Amino acid sequence: MVALGEDKPRPYEECMPDIFEISIDDLKHLVSERAVSGETMLLNMGPQHPSTHGVLRLLLELDGEIVVNCIPDIGFLHTGIEKNMEAKTYQKAEVMTDRLDYLNTVGNNLAYSMAVEKLVDLDVPARAQSLRVILCELQRIASHLIWLGTAALDVAAMSTFLYCFREREDILDILELVSGQRMMTTYIRPGGVWRDVPVEFEKAVRDFLKMMPKRVDQYEALLTRNPLFLDRTLGIGKISGADALNVGMTGPGLRASGVNWDLRKARPYAGYEQYEFEVPTRAEGDVYARYLVRVQEMRESLKIVEQALDKMPLGPVRSNNHKFIPPPRSEIGVSMEALIHHFKLWTEGFNAPKGFVYSAVESPRGELGVYLESDGGPKPYRVHWRTPSFDNLQAMPLMTKGVFVADLVAIIGSIDIVLGDVDR
Amino acid sequence: MTFASILEWLIKGFVWVMILLGGFAYLTYYERRALARIQVRIGPNRAGPLGLLQPIADAIKLIFKEELMPARADKLLFFLAPIITLTPALVITAVVPFGPEGLNFPLFGRVITWQIADINVGILYIMSIASIAVYGIVLAGWSSNNKYAMLGGLRSTAQMISYELALGLSFVSVIVLADSTRMIDIVEAQKSMWFMVLQPVGMVIFLIATLAEVNRSPFDMPEAEQELAAGYHSEYGGMKFALLFMAEYDKMIAICIIAATIFFGGYREFWFLQNTWFSVDQTPILGPVYVFIKVFILLFGMIWVRATLPRIRYDRLMAFGWKILLPLSLALVFLTATGILLAQEVNPLFMWGIPVVSLAAGFIAILGMYQTLRRKEHARA
Repeated sequence: MVALGEDKPRPYEECMPDIFEISIDDLKHLVSERAVSGETMLLNMGPQHPSTHGVLRLLLELDGEIVVNCIPDIGFLHTGIEKNMEAKTYQKAEVMTDRLDYLNTVGNNLAYSMAVEKLVDLDVPARAQSLRVILCELQRIASHLIWLGTAALDVAAMSTFLYCFREREDILDILELVSGQRMMTTYIRPGGVWRDVPVEFEKAVRDFLKMMPKRVDQYEALLTRNPLFLDRTLGIGKISGADALNVGMTGPGLRASGVNWDLRKARPYAGYEQYEFEVPTRAEGDVYARYLVRVQEMRESLKIVEQALDKMPLGPVRSNNHKFIPPPRSEIGVSMEALIHHFKLWTEGFNAPKGFVYSAVESPRGELGVYLESDGGPKPYRVHWRTPSFDNLQAMPLMTKGVFVADLVAIIGSIDIVLGDVDR
Repeated sequence: MTFASILEWLIKGFVWVMILLGGFAYLTYYERRALARIQVRIGPNRAGPLGLLQPIADAIKLIFKEELMPARADKLLFFLAPIITLTPALVITAVVPFGPEGLNFPLFGRVITWQIADINVGILYIMSIASIAVYGIVLAGWSSNNKYAMLGGLRSTAQMISYELALGLSFVSVIVLADSTRMIDIVEAQKSMWFMVLQPVGMVIFLIATLAEVNRSPFDMPEAEQELAAGYHSEYGGMKFALLFMAEYDKMIAICIIAATIFFGGYREFWFLQNTWFSVDQTPILGPVYVFIKVFILLFGMIWVRATLPRIRYDRLMAFGWKILLPLSLALVFLTATGILLAQEVNPLFMWGIPVVSLAAGFIAILGMYQTLRRKEHARA
């Protein structure tokens, strides 16, 4: 360590005060007695660690390699999105939603659009609803692919990771086709979707539907009956359905603990009630059960996409209530009223009636809800996101009692957290 | 021991170390390309034609990197650990023969053999050197004053203790079959039939145990990057890291050469080339070529395993070593010895009982493994 103006390094002892050390007394309330006496070891896992899926920090108390206590520490990816959204009009705030859970961008758009629609009472055309379902389910598959790849990588099955990314690439291409963007699409908007899909869309999705089941079979061939994978996942990170409900878990993690709760079935939105699909559940509640549930969900999502594509009607894709939805460019040149709407909407936005709404969708990770409170102005007074990763992460300390460090990594992988979703 | 013989050893040793160091560089290239091919990627292809200069570029980068010494590290051991790790990897192959006697040539009144040291306890030499390498890893983990590194070093000891025994016992079957511990005798004993055929289960145990011995996937727990960041070499950078890395890959090469020698006929030709122009009896120069081909194939097997299999947990690894591999390899020694005795005393056909019965024993062991998995599956519901 050389300070400015010095030409030779200072001796080690002099540098010592520069090394910041936290004393065990500061952590006493978090760890067991044995850590204070030095019998167990405290290990800082993250925020820069290859398998904490972003910037999660875990303070581990280890007895040898056995986890005695696991204390998640979050906030390293705090982006202030909720607060930022309060400073923007309802239309402009939507761009922020993509950045929350960056693996479920379309689903975030949907949750937010549904909340705005509820707030100002907008109707959504049938074609837009179908498109929303198709894209959300494709996004769910893409998200589960990332999860499968990284969860497999966490137990060191490294090829699965790249195979999953290969298929995810096809989904991102479809998203690019419809919105011009691969990830941050902002495609679903209040009142429908941004614009109609291009003609190539149907073929692209059908090709994907044809290819994907075989690929899922391939992943399963690599993992499902692999003795080493079974050994790493069976009976690891168990959580009972009651415990899972208590900490607020939702999504595949909850369904793998035997609780059949899926918002698409329980509180259908965007026309999910028209489609036939199963909600896969398992009773065991361990890492392997969560793996099976998610893989099965990918197959079910393919079914939904296929049905939605078959049933997709023709027609408009966005509500024509121009008090809230900007009029199309072609009308602006010929209609005075359209020009005024356009001007008003892009300068001050629309005023939402006073009140609050909550709307939730089933994201790949669980219940993704958005709470909007309006004070009658063009900007939301309060925005709050109920993000699934945050609540699912609460189950970490319960799941990790007495497991090995290696299992801990597998468990983090099986919860499928996205830190952008946790910290927002 | 004359001055000439010392000079011969020195020159041979120098040449062989050079080959190993170059082999290490190109093994990393081979691994990266093969892994990439398996994982629908391209792999390094920028530096030079087909990326062939990539290892050189990597070496230059590592040499010029700053050497860091972590605060409160044990400086001497931190410095020594890479050396202790690398040296056994370089010297372990000294007893392996690379060519038949027909290839030996006279030079300055001496007969130059294709082997650095022809000692009559070659296998014992290999076993003793193999167990030294772990000290380097443990010391590297301990001396760097890093909790992850220490966990890695400790895992390495646990792993080594569990696998050394199975490894040793799989050597014993080979010694019994060849009736010698001298490496050339072992190779020549495989003239008509590779020990892979006579002792298939022993070969599998040897390959598994050596994977664990050289810390390769799925037994790469000391460095498990998903769990311990980089394990025992977390704190190493620059050339010290390169030495640890080099040790790992040279151990891979060494282990493959040894496996080729004791189970796959060493420098002997492939079985279907016997009594043709391609056999080493007629064309001795093909001996080293055969060793190279066999090592190349075995290395691909290691890379393939790394690409496919998840990592095993370290307590399960020890259970696997002690509860399955050790009893199984003990049984194999017994079966092999019995088979040879019966073949000598009763009927030579009893020789064929060895592979049959040992395959049955291996099958029982696999059934046992699946049974424990099934119990686990039932227990979790």
